[in-house]
Amino acid sequence: MPKVTIDGVTIEVPNGTTILEAARMIGPEVAPPTMCYYSKLETSGGYCRTCLVKVSQGSEKDPRPMPKPVASCRTQVMDGMVVENNTSPEIHEARAGVVEFLLANHPLDCPVCDQAGECHLQDLGYEHGKSETRFEFPRREFERKDIGDKIQLHMNRCILCYRCVKTADQVTDCRVHGVMNRGEVAEISTYIEKSIDNDFSGNVIDVCPVGALTDKTFRFQSRVWFTKPVDAHRDCVKCCGKVRLWYKGNEVLRVTARKDQWGEVESYDGKTGWICNTCRFDKKTTADWTIDGPSKISRHSVISANHYNSLKALKATIDRQKDALPHGEKVTLGHGALDPNNESK
Amino acid sequence: MGKKLLLEHIDVPGIQSLNVYRQKGGYETLKKALTSMTPEQILEEVKTSGLRGRGGAGFPTGLKWSFLAKPEGVARYLVCNADESEPGTFKDRYLMEKIPHILIEGMIVSSFALGANTSYIYIRGEYFYVARILENAIAEAYEAGLLGKNIMGSGYDLDLYVQIGAGAYICGEETALLESLEGKRGNPRIKPPFPAIAGLYGCPTVVNNVETIAAVVPIVKDGGAAYAQIGIGKSTGTKLISASGHLNKPGVYEIELGLPVEEFIYSEEYCGGIKNGKQLKAVVAGGSSVPILPAHLILKTAAGEPRLMSYEGLADGGFATGTMLGSGGFIAMDEDSSIVKNLWTFSRFYHHESCGQCSPCREGTGWMEKILHKILHGHGTLADVDLLWDIQSKIEGKTICPLGDAAAWPVASAIRHFRNEFEEYVKQGHSIKDVKHYYRLNHLPEPVN
Ligand SMILES: Cc1cc2nc3c(=O)[nH]c(=O)nc-3n(C[C@H](O)[C@H](O)[C@H](O)COP(=O)(O)O)c2cc1C
Ligand code: SF4
Ligand code: SF4
Ligand code: FES
Repeated sequence: MPKVTIDGVTIEVPNGTTILEAARMIGPEVAPPTMCYYSKLETSGGYCRTCLVKVSQGSEKDPRPMPKPVASCRTQVMDGMVVENNTSPEIHEARAGVVEFLLANHPLDCPVCDQAGECHLQDLGYEHGKSETRFEFPRREFERKDIGDKIQLHMNRCILCYRCVKTADQVTDCRVHGVMNRGEVAEISTYIEKSIDNDFSGNVIDVCPVGALTDKTFRFQSRVWFTKPVDAHRDCVKCCGKVRLWYKGNEVLRVTARKDQWGEVESYDGKTGWICNTCRFDKKTTADWTIDGPSKISRHSVISANHYNSLKALKATIDRQKDALPHGEKVTLGHGALDPNNESK
Repeated sequence: MGKKLLLEHIDVPGIQSLNVYRQKGGYETLKKALTSMTPEQILEEVKTSGLRGRGGAGFPTGLKWSFLAKPEGVARYLVCNADESEPGTFKDRYLMEKIPHILIEGMIVSSFALGANTSYIYIRGEYFYVARILENAIAEAYEAGLLGKNIMGSGYDLDLYVQIGAGAYICGEETALLESLEGKRGNPRIKPPFPAIAGLYGCPTVVNNVETIAAVVPIVKDGGAAYAQIGIGKSTGTKLISASGHLNKPGVYEIELGLPVEEFIYSEEYCGGIKNGKQLKAVVAGGSSVPILPAHLILKTAAGEPRLMSYEGLADGGFATGTMLGSGGFIAMDEDSSIVKNLWTFSRFYHHESCGQCSPCREGTGWMEKILHKILHGHGTLADVDLLWDIQSKIEGKTICPLGDAAAWPVASAIRHFRNEFEEYVKQGHSIKDVKHYYRLNHLPEPVN
C-alpha cells in the first residue's frame, strides 16, 4: 500500500487512491475543495481545477517534483509522494485564480438564488476569493429553462462541472441532456429542450454545486438558513427512502437526499443514496415520513451557523500553516471567513 | 541547397498519382519494410533517426512508439493527426495536397511497425478537398494491393480510413481528436491514461502528425543513421516550415534543422527578405501558440549567437528570451505591424476555440480577449496590462490540455517584449497610427518579467 504525505501528514492508502481521496481520509484540514469531483459519479472531476495541489515529490522511486500543479481528484498517489495543499502559497494563489475564473461570468445573484446558504461556490468564494471583481465586462447570459415541470435550469449560474451530465448518464435510465456549444458559451442543455422525465432526474439538483439546477417546488419559498433540516425515511419501492426534510415551522418545504461532510449524497452500505422523484417532490407532509432526528450539517457556509465544525478545522490548519511559514510572512484569508460570529449574528 | 526528403519530388507533374509517385521510387520503402524488415527493426530505425514529433510538442517518435501497450488480442491503432488548425501552420495541407502518397506510404509502414490493422487519418473539416485527394490516393493504393488484405504478398493486412472533422482547433489535441473520431464531443480527455495505453475505443493508440508519419518513409528508406546525420544535435532531419506574414516569398519550405533564422528570412533560397524593403519587427516562430520574439532576439540569441531553427536553437534562453519550434508556423511581422492587434487576433482565436471544460481556459481566454479588445480600441488602462499578465499566469499550467498554455504564452510574450507598445495604446488609443517607432528601434532593452 502506497504511503503519501499531504501537508505534512502521512497516510497509507490502498493502491489507486487519488490524492484527493487520501486527503479526505486524513480529514477536512488537508482536503482540497472540490467543485466538480463527486466520489459517487464515475469519471467525474478534473474540470474545475479548484482541487489543484502541488506534488513536491513524485514518489519514493522518482522523487522529482511534478512540473505543474495537478488536479488532486484525478491524480493517483504513488508510494512516497509528497503533496502540498494548504501549506503551499503557490496553490493558494492558483486556487484564488480559479475562484476568480469561476466567478468571472457568474451573475452573483445570491440574494435571489435558492442555493444561497448551501452553495459550494459561495463557500469557495468566502475562503479563497477576493472581495472585489476585476471582471468588468457584461456577463454572459442565457435564458432560464425548465427541465421538466420540477427542475429549473439557470444556466447563468452554471460552472460546467459536468456533475449533472454524469448523474443523468449514470443514475437515470435515459440521458437526454448534455453540453452544447463550446468554450465560454458552452451550456448545459436538453437536446431540443426535451424534458428530462424519469424517476431519478431530481438528483441532478442535489449534485449541482451551485444554483444552476434548482427545485421548482421550493422556488422562492424560503432562504435555506431559515429552514430546519431533519433526517427521515420511508419505505420506498424505488429508492433507499432516506432523505432530509427541510422544515419551516411545521411545513416541509423541500426534500433532498442526505449529504455527507463533503457535500455529496450519502452512501449506505456502499450504495449511493440517490432518491426518487416521488420521495423528493410528492411526499411533503410529516405524515409521509418516519423522523430520525435533526440533521447534522457541517458545511462552512452560512447554513451551518450553529455547526461550525469544519470552520474550526480550517482555522486550525491555517494557524499551523502560519507557524510553518518563514518568519514575517502573512497568510491572507477571505474576508470574515474565520469569524463564526460573522453570520450567526 | 538544403537536403529535401519530403518535398524532393513536389514539382514533378502528376506526382499526386500513384503511377508517377512509383516512378519516383514511391512504395519501394514499403516493399523494403514488408519484405525485409521486422516491426522491431523499423522501430529501431525510427529511434536511431532521432525523429521528433512535428505536431508541436517535439516528443521523440521512437520513444512514443515504444510506449505503445501490446496486450494480447487487443487491437492497436495508428491515427494521423491532420487537423492542422494552428494559426500560421499550413505545411500538412501542402504535403497532403501535393504528394499524398508519401503520407499513405508512411501510414502503411508505421502501421506495420506498430502492429495496427486499422488506421485513420483525421483531417480538419475545412480541408475537405484535401480529404478527397487522400481518398483518391487511398483508392489507388487499394487497387494496387498496397492496402487491404495481404499487402504486397506479405501477409500483413491494413485498412486505412480518412475521417473529416468539423473544423475545431481543439480536435487537434490528440485525446480530443480520439473523442471526435469515436463520434463524441471533442473534449480533451483527462490524462492519464495516455493514448499509448488507452486511446481510440480504449485500445492502445499512437497519434502522430502528418509530417512525422511522412518522415518515416525516408527514415526507413535510407536508415535512421542517415537521417540523424541531417540536422543539428537532438534536432535531426528536415522540417517543413510554413512561412507567412511580411515576407517576399511566403510558402512552405523544407529546411534542414539548424538553419540560421537570418538565412531563412533573408536568403533568396528561402523567404527572400522582408516585403517592400521594410524592417523586421517580430516573429512568431512556431505557430500562434509559441512566444513572439522581437527581431533582435529571433535573429540572435541573448548571448549574441546566431539563432538556429531547431528545437533547441529556438528555445535557447527559455521563455525570457527564447521561444519554441512548435509546429513550424513562421509568421514574420514588419515594422508597421501592431503587436497588440495581432495578439488580439490570436486571443480571439483561443477564446473561440476553447472547449470550455476547465474553468481557467473557458473563462480566462474570453477575459483576455475582451481586455485586449478594450486596449486596442483605446479604452485600456495601465492596470489592464497588469491584469492581462496576471490572468495569463493563472491559466498557464493549470488546465486539462495545453490549449490553455497556448492561449497564455502569446499574451505573456507580447507583454514581456512589447510592453511599451501596450502602454502607447493606452495613451493614444485607436488613434495610434504610426506604430513604427514604438518598437522596432525602441523595443525594451531588457525583457520584463
Ligand atoms: C489545442 C491543440 C491543438 C493541436 N493541434 C494539432 C494539429 O492540428 N496537428 C497536430 O499534428 N498536432 C496537434 N496538436 C498536438 C497533438 O496533441 C499531438 O501532440 C500530436 O498530434 C502528436 O504528434 P507528433 O508526436 O507526431 O507531433 C495539438 C495540440 C493541442 C493542445
Ligand atoms: S448545471 Fe449544475 S451540476 Fe450541471 S454542470 Fe452546471 S453547475 Fe454542474
Ligand atoms: S485547456 Fe481549454 S481547450 Fe483544453 S480542456 Fe481546458 S477548456 Fe478545453
Ligand atoms: S474537483 Fe478536481 S478538478 Fe474539480
